[in-house]
Amino acid sequence: MSKIISLVCGVIFGIGLTVSQMIDPAKVLGFLNIFGDWDPSLAFVMIGALIISSPFFHLFKNNNKPIFSEKFSYSQNKEINKKLIVGSSLFGAGWGLAGLCPGPAIASLALLNINSAIFVVTMFIGFYLVKLSEPTTQAR
Amino acid sequence: MNIVNFTPISAFLGGSLIGLAVIIFFVFNGRLIGISGIASNFLTSKDNRFDNFLFLVGLIIGPIVYKIFTQQEINITISNSVYLLAVAGLLVGAGTRIGGGCTSGHGISGIGRFSLRSIIATITFMIVGILTVLVKSLV
Repeated sequence: MSKIISLVCGVIFGIGLTVSQMIDPAKVLGFLNIFGDWDPSLAFVMIGALIISSPFFHLFKNNNKPIFSEKFSYSQNKEINKKLIVGSSLFGAGWGLAGLCPGPAIASLALLNINSAIFVVTMFIGFYLVKLSEPTTQAR
Repeated sequence: MNIVNFTPISAFLGGSLIGLAVIIFFVFNGRLIGISGIASNFLTSKDNRFDNFLFLVGLIIGPIVYKIFTQQEINITISNSVYLLAVAGLLVGAGTRIGGGCTSGHGISGIGRFSLRSIIATITFMIVGILTVLVKSLV
């Protein structure tokens, strides 16, 4: 059953990215262009997502176990360190350069766009390079 | 600053669907959605590999389902050279792994459960993203 949930959640997430137009890098770059012609729309993506999801985290996190799995498993990392800031900065720079982050980039493969394919391939190379350099780190 | 192309309603609706996916995944499978984590774990870890694969397949099916139901074309504009895209892809891939999350993992799943670490990460990549766009517009 967890397999079906994974697929269904991917589909819903992909539809959400499309409805919100976050799948379009031009829309994302418009959102980041606050000093120029600013398109604040994507702030509402975050607001919508948080309003729907946040209450449930707090309702369910004390439950013994999830419905189709043995236990809740997610990062308990609370560290605020140089790695967090450096990594997030590198990510922000790439995001601002292309207007693509991981979700929209992968979803836009559906449109058979060669540019998103190039981005996704190099993004996976980036994942792999970090994995090579720190083999013990558990990705989230 | 000029406000342009403002579409808050579709953004909010799309965001709500994303929130719905996050919460279903959490309540049923016990995991938080972070796309960079799911994608990189699919590549490098045996744990939940088939689950992660199916999620990524679903992510690609999503826009196709949208197209079938709404009969609308999905237009995207990627206005960058191949080299710039490759550099951006490397930065996003490496940066999200070093920083432990992306727009979804830190920005939604992390902030949703009030993680200070995720709030700091989100503020950081937002500021650097905004500055990058600013610098690009100046050169």
